[in-house]
Amino acid sequence: MLNYQAPLDLAFQALADPTRRIMVERLSRGPASVSELARPLDMTLSAVVQHLAVLEASGLVRSQKVGRVRTCRIEPTALHSAERWISERRASWERRLDRLGAFLVETDPTAKPPRRKK
Amino acid sequence: MTVRNTRHATFTIERVYPATPARVFAAWSNKEAKTAWAYCHPEWPVSEHVFEFREGGREHLVTGPAGGTRHVFDAVFHDIVADQRIVFAYDMHLDERRISVSLTTIEFFAVAGGTRLVFTEQGVFLDGYDDIAGREEGTRIGLDNLDRQLRQQRAA
Amino acid sequence: MTERSTKHATFTIERSFAAAPSRVFAAYADVKSKARWFGGPEGWGKSNLKLDFKVGGRESESGGPPGGPVHYYNAIYQDIVPDERIVLTYEMHLDKTRISVSLGTTEFKPAGAGTRLVYTEQAVFLDGHDDAGGREQGFGGLFDQLARFLEMQ
Repeated sequence: MLNYQAPLDLAFQALADPTRRIMVERLSRGPASVSELARPLDMTLSAVVQHLAVLEASGLVRSQKVGRVRTCRIEPTALHSAERWISERRASWERRLDRLGAFLVETDPTAKPPRRKK
Repeated sequence: MTVRNTRHATFTIERVYPATPARVFAAWSNKEAKTAWAYCHPEWPVSEHVFEFREGGREHLVTGPAGGTRHVFDAVFHDIVADQRIVFAYDMHLDERRISVSLTTIEFFAVAGGTRLVFTEQGVFLDGYDDIAGREEGTRIGLDNLDRQLRQQRAA
Repeated sequence: MTERSTKHATFTIERSFAAAPSRVFAAYADVKSKARWFGGPEGWGKSNLKLDFKVGGRESESGGPPGGPVHYYNAIYQDIVPDERIVLTYEMHLDKTRISVSLGTTEFKPAGAGTRLVYTEQAVFLDGHDDAGGREQGFGGLFDQLARFLEMQ
């Protein structure tokens, strides 16, 4: 049996949790160590580390340990693709509203026909 | 196994058209007029289109690339104020899969020179929409890139 | 002539219940169960809830304080995933006036042996009838009633 989850599914699951959304928002402003990420959150460090594991598994965040400090940063392409399909829906309506504009110009009953030169 | 997800989003689009609110509203309320501009992909054949423009009425539209995915649009009109406002709810299916449910508000405001149209969509996006749509989009992007490369080669 | 306007709003409410997702979902899916917790406060009269729980099915209820305006609730089910999710759209009327149209998403997430329920409403309030958080408070009260119903089962 296939145990594959589409990348967007993982990203959405990761973002469905409010704590993880807070962490991702913080990282969108710049990289942070795990303890910096944990500071504003009202939970144990191990709970934070668990949330981080979900974010890394989803591809939204990656981290690197140098010495004793683990630094996390956002993966911009992954987050972008999670928003992409909503912006596609918006873009599709934008195109239609543009075509509405063209239709209204074409069907304007007050438009004078072009004058033909004799 | 389908992974269940929901993602909520709201977006607003505005346009100003050089036409009266009555004309712009008519482009939404009249089936013939609507079909002249409202199809997402005008090049796709339309296999079904039901249009009942009244409160409680529905719209049902089935299109898609020939031999490809069926795109199904189903709407119910909730609130209609002539020349001023339309509120409808719609869902989208790709083949059998429901990918979104949305509440859409369209308002028509008279302004100098015509009509300001304000389009607001509040939607919930469901369950791995990327599988089918992402492939189509990916293919389209791929073809665009190929096209660009070929043009560059020809220009060189 | 009525002054036309709209106000769009989104809110999310989360609640935890000790009951498993299938039990909480059942409280939504069965009309007899739902009538025991879904409705106006006491004093609004007996429940007249009608429910056809299937995609495309309709739900309705009405009520109000004695001598006051009647609140009408009319919903259409858009998406149902058993024990996991319900999406519906609904209208509210006060007497003959439509005051809002909403998209409501209810998710039933397993949390240990219990359920974390997440309700998201995206609403358009019509013609000045927005209520500065009254709708959200109303749902808070409904979830209190749901909690009491589940405890009593």
